[in-house]
Amino acid sequence: MADLAAYRAVLASRIRAQRSYRTSFVLDLASSLLVGFVELAEVWVVFHAVTELGGLDLAAVVLVFGLADLAFSLADLSFGHCDTLPTYLRAGTLDVFYLRPQPLLLQLITSDISLRRLARAVVGAAALGVGLAVNDVAWSLASVALIVLALVSGIATFAAMFVWAAGAQFYLIDGAEATNAFVYGGRYAATQPASVWSRPLVVVFGFFFPMAFTAYLPVVTLLGLPGPEWMPTWLGWCAPVAALWAWVLALLTWRAGVRHYQGGGG
Amino acid sequence: MRTYLRLFVAGFRRQSTYRLAAFGGLVANTAFGLLKVALLFAAVRTSGGELAGYDVAMMSSYIWISQGMLGSVNLTGRTEIADRIRTGDVAVDFLRPLDVHLASVTTEVGRAVFALIPRGIPSVVIGALLVGMAVPEDPWAYPLGAVSLLLGIVVSATTVYLVGVSGFWLLETRGVALLYMVVSGFLAGLFVPIALFPDWLRLVATATPFPAMMMYPVDVLSGRVGGAAAVGLVALQVLWLVLTVAAGQLATRAGRRRLEVQGG
Amino acid sequence: MITPTIGPIIETHDLGRDFRVRDGLRRRTVVAVDRLSIRVEPGEAVGYIGANGAGKSTTIKLLTGILMPTRGTVATCGLRPMADRRRLAREVGVVFGQRTQLWWDLPVRDSLRLLASIHALGRVAERERTDELVERLELAEFLGTPVRQLSLGQRMRAEVAAALLHSPRLVILDEPTIGLDVLSKQRLREFLIAERSRHGTTLLLTTHDMGDVERLCDRILLVDRGSLVYDGTLAGLSRTVGAERVLVVDLAEPTPDLADVPDTRHLGSEAGGMRQRLAFDPESTTAARVLASLSDRAELVDLAVEEPEIEEIVRRIYASRR
Repeated sequence: MADLAAYRAVLASRIRAQRSYRTSFVLDLASSLLVGFVELAEVWVVFHAVTELGGLDLAAVVLVFGLADLAFSLADLSFGHCDTLPTYLRAGTLDVFYLRPQPLLLQLITSDISLRRLARAVVGAAALGVGLAVNDVAWSLASVALIVLALVSGIATFAAMFVWAAGAQFYLIDGAEATNAFVYGGRYAATQPASVWSRPLVVVFGFFFPMAFTAYLPVVTLLGLPGPEWMPTWLGWCAPVAALWAWVLALLTWRAGVRHYQGGGG
Repeated sequence: MRTYLRLFVAGFRRQSTYRLAAFGGLVANTAFGLLKVALLFAAVRTSGGELAGYDVAMMSSYIWISQGMLGSVNLTGRTEIADRIRTGDVAVDFLRPLDVHLASVTTEVGRAVFALIPRGIPSVVIGALLVGMAVPEDPWAYPLGAVSLLLGIVVSATTVYLVGVSGFWLLETRGVALLYMVVSGFLAGLFVPIALFPDWLRLVATATPFPAMMMYPVDVLSGRVGGAAAVGLVALQVLWLVLTVAAGQLATRAGRRRLEVQGG
Repeated sequence: MITPTIGPIIETHDLGRDFRVRDGLRRRTVVAVDRLSIRVEPGEAVGYIGANGAGKSTTIKLLTGILMPTRGTVATCGLRPMADRRRLAREVGVVFGQRTQLWWDLPVRDSLRLLASIHALGRVAERERTDELVERLELAEFLGTPVRQLSLGQRMRAEVAAALLHSPRLVILDEPTIGLDVLSKQRLREFLIAERSRHGTTLLLTTHDMGDVERLCDRILLVDRGSLVYDGTLAGLSRTVGAERVLVVDLAEPTPDLADVPDTRHLGSEAGGMRQRLAFDPESTTAARVLASLSDRAELVDLAVEEPEIEEIVRRIYASRR
């Protein structure tokens, strides 16, 4: 409980600090909003040129985009800060974490929070809202449960990706881009219809890093669309299992990374 | 001239020390490339094998050449000159008997040309081996493509320099850099070829220097655009080069005056 | 929570730590710390000195659970640093001269508040300790200033307050006075002396500044290439190398070089021989005897005895081991 108070205190101070630089905060918000729009535009441009792709039409892909992007931005808001680990490693800030009586990973996650990423979540939320309105959703308790389950699991899955990447950073301080391939590549993958993927992509982004479970598979289940042949229609319900797997992977990688730092680094 | 050659080589050298970073970049290039292949190939197939002039092989060339250029074309908006202006170190640069503008661009181009070795060429090779791609039949496309590629890299350096020197007037250039990052990739044709854009958006893109950095070189190198049209694209790149260099020279001089008046 | 109060604060047995480094294409092992056995009792003030790369920082990381030992055992405050890291964090405060544990964009006051909740200090304890540190480190004038706007001396005082806020039993200071001006150094040293006498805090100090060692430490550990080469008092350190003392004499009139005084070495003359410097080994003669021999040869006006510089002693110990 005392620990919880410590995290709250740190986060509250971070929020105050960001709001105190008003102009740059507003500019950050605006550019984050623009990032969200351009990413939506990338999807829209492709679907503008064709009417249907991988079994999804424009309406369905907006729903996939909304679900994936909202989950990603919310995970990014709270866990995206794990990205700074290489900087912390170089500056020796991580050693300071060792001198405080809290778990390292929790200290890293709570060392900052990026409010500007809220603006991106707005784009994701709007796309999700539009997606739910324009698609023919058979509303029921089950469909609401599926959407909530997918969103919560999606946030957890993307959060796990950030933690996984941080764990891997202990090994590749200068090679941050390699993990970006899966974190940000994962975000990009999550907004796509997974039915168009080649087999290696299905293995990597379908199951190992379970990106297809964050939005595409739940949407296919929700709308009752014909999915790819490797997927039974109930697979969309398995998003929590995917999130669990992502966290197992993330925590194992993190632990190995910390051991590597204490044992081999210096 | 010799000084600039040395700056070019120094930019080139410095980059070669980051081997792990280059490897990481290659992993990212390949992963993103394969995702683009999946999406855009599906789009071509759905349209009956041809979409806005792209068949599957041409789309593959577009994807892998553009992925390969990613390490060489500055789409982040971040430059060393921006940092040096913010910290005031640029005052030292003005004391040197060098053109600050030219020196900065040359270093950036050196860095960018080097990145073709660990990131550019392997990306294209990986794409060719994994997916296959179209190659131009006209032998003239190769030298012209090389010129266009180099021009693309230089235009990117001269354009992003303008973002950096805005720091003479703005307290904080991070916002401008972020804006540049968001817009440049999209309008340069990084995610979707510009030919697929709706007409009005294509017009917007053409009115910016961004397609000259990536889309035009890709079109010339892949042979999608050939003959006189290809020469036309290169001429357009030269036009953007002239415009951005002129703007850079003016901004540098004005910035220097501002620095002298304000005393740094 | 019951914390062990008896027994040593630091105890290591044959502690060792290797690093694997890449040397071109080959990998080789570098021994950073080797067979280190030390014991520090509560309340001691120990100077941990040695050249750059002698293994000082590695030792600190081993003591605080940041690095895992390759060999040997280590206990800090009676705890195992790796396994009991979070409990140990409540007992130890570390000041890094080169890195900050404050929040760079927050006022000092906020940083201290955050650390108080990180260490779960009660409201009363927090206020009392903060007030005490603010007063004795003279933080009041910049308590509301963001850390990034502080001068180096101010920042260092704030860092010390941050490290000592939770009243740790062991305070480790890694180059605390690096880059500070004379006055700031002086203030910091006075604070540490007072803190030690008031709370019985144990100090472990790594430094290149021998002034720190002279003023603060009653015991010295000297390391060279990862191994302990001396453990004892500062005075004892100069004895071990048989360091010479220097007698400086001012004479009544210009005198030729006094090169023939027994058991001494003539170091030099100034002012045409009015001032001369003679080195002697305290093991083989005494200052009194040298003076007696001198007064046979010239008329003395004034004299002074110079003690050997610590840097010089350390340099000599290193040289004798190469």
